[in-house]
Amino acid sequence: MTAVQSETPRAEADSGYNFAYLDEQTKRMIRRAILKAVAIPGYQVPFASREMPMPYGWGTGGVQVTAAVIGSDDVLKVIDQGSDDTTNAVSIRSFFVRTTGVETTEKTRDATLIQTRHRVPETPLSEDQILVYQVPIPEPLRFLEPRETETRRMHALEDYGLMHVKLYEDIAHHGHIATTYAYPVKVAGRYVMDPSPTPKFDNPKMNHSPALQLFGAGREKRIYAIPPHTEVVSLDFEDHPFEVQQWDNACALCGATDSFLDEVIMDDAGKRMFVCSDSDYCEERRAAGHVGEEGVPL
Amino acid sequence: MKTVFSESPLLQAEGIEKRFGRVHACNDVSLDLYPGEVLGIVGESGSGKTTLLNILSGRIEPEAGVVEYAVREGGMRDVHQMGAAERRMLMRTDWAFVHQNPRDGLRMNVSAGGNVGERLMAVGARHYGQIRDTAVDWLQKVEMEAGRIDDLPRTFSGGMQQRLQIARNLVTRPRLAFMDEPTGGLDVSVQARLLDLLRGLVGDLGLAAIVVTHDLAVARHLSHRLAVMRRGEVVETGLTDQVLDDPQHPYTQLLVSSILKA
Repeated sequence: MTAVQSETPRAEADSGYNFAYLDEQTKRMIRRAILKAVAIPGYQVPFASREMPMPYGWGTGGVQVTAAVIGSDDVLKVIDQGSDDTTNAVSIRSFFVRTTGVETTEKTRDATLIQTRHRVPETPLSEDQILVYQVPIPEPLRFLEPRETETRRMHALEDYGLMHVKLYEDIAHHGHIATTYAYPVKVAGRYVMDPSPTPKFDNPKMNHSPALQLFGAGREKRIYAIPPHTEVVSLDFEDHPFEVQQWDNACALCGATDSFLDEVIMDDAGKRMFVCSDSDYCEERRAAGHVGEEGVPL
Repeated sequence: MKTVFSESPLLQAEGIEKRFGRVHACNDVSLDLYPGEVLGIVGESGSGKTTLLNILSGRIEPEAGVVEYAVREGGMRDVHQMGAAERRMLMRTDWAFVHQNPRDGLRMNVSAGGNVGERLMAVGARHYGQIRDTAVDWLQKVEMEAGRIDDLPRTFSGGMQQRLQIARNLVTRPRLAFMDEPTGGLDVSVQARLLDLLRGLVGDLGLAAIVVTHDLAVARHLSHRLAVMRRGEVVETGLTDQVLDDPQHPYTQLLVSSILKA
């Protein structure tokens, strides 16, 4: 985050690219958008999103935000669905290693900059960390109101009744609020925001988080932010309050009962296991001696 | 007749002008509407009725003239000088707008209950049970089965869609309703039921309404007063019976005489 002037890539980075791939003017443009986003929490700031060497939907927005804030002394962690070793995480991590030469880590505690797709790490974040989200559809009102001119006007006038219509429909059809991801939140008492496709399990972690949270949507060309220690409230009804998902099982590897669990199908006879989606959290617990039903001590 | 109503008007329009290129859609139109009164605007297609309704309801700007509305807080406010936020608030609390085509006034991918509840949620209702109870209550008021509360509007007939649109608009108990051909496109028996319903609701709620229609039968049935429009001008105004039974202006005479007697 110290990169006001051009950073010098470390020796191990590929020569031939500017530090963090984007040119300095572009990074400045993105930083201006980020500053505006931080100043107006939850407001979607338009920015001139660039073509990145990856397809839309693979995190082009998050990558641009990361490229704009990364400095040569940052320690980068990249996660995809909570895991450090899935395709998207591996390729984005190697992209930044090749273009910046920064140090990377899989440990949430050691990272200064974390780019994520779909999850907030289970380990609480701290004040010296930045969390960058990859966002496919930044507009929380989009599926209710297709016109961009109208959704912008609705944000401007704080006309958010429609958001509750969506939750009403959920209860009417399913008996409870069935939205489990991209669950709308109100930021700092003003803007309604889509927290990207993170499960609603992670919504409470966004509330008053000490870390800076930045959201980048590449195809939709929007950046928004939650500054540290900002109130983030999940929308609900008085008689149907917001609740996070719960599981009957504990993690099969580390025995955790407080983390977001993935259901993994083991064979074609219906055998399944539940494991932590946050691979670093699971590792850390296992290293500390916790063993789940099907786990073995490390 | 005016003494029946409150002394000060609810809506007042003065010298409204609007052109679309060479077409003079509204030419120096002035009118008053008193609380609880139903004003019918009649005239042939293209006479400027809908344009006038859109100007009165703040949906389009006039080129000249003023539209003033008596807000709940007291005092007359210029509808076109209000901020967008204030006008929007008025639109979803104190005013109703019933479109000719219910598809324009309903959310077709949201259930009947959600449609009726939208205005309540927009003004801050956050209790699901209460919103639902109110929705059931209003569906029954417009003679719909409470059991259809979770059905989508597209599964309803045209007449039901129109009644749903009315329920959705009246749920916040507005004081003024704008209706653009509310019975257009419905068959005659459905029209008659809808008219009865509308007349009942207007009476029960003490609602004032401006009803645009080309159908003189609708105008006679619903409105207390009539304004006859032709080529953007109001050519005759008066009590409904008076205008229809003893028309003074040649155009009104033509209009009245062109109704087929069954």
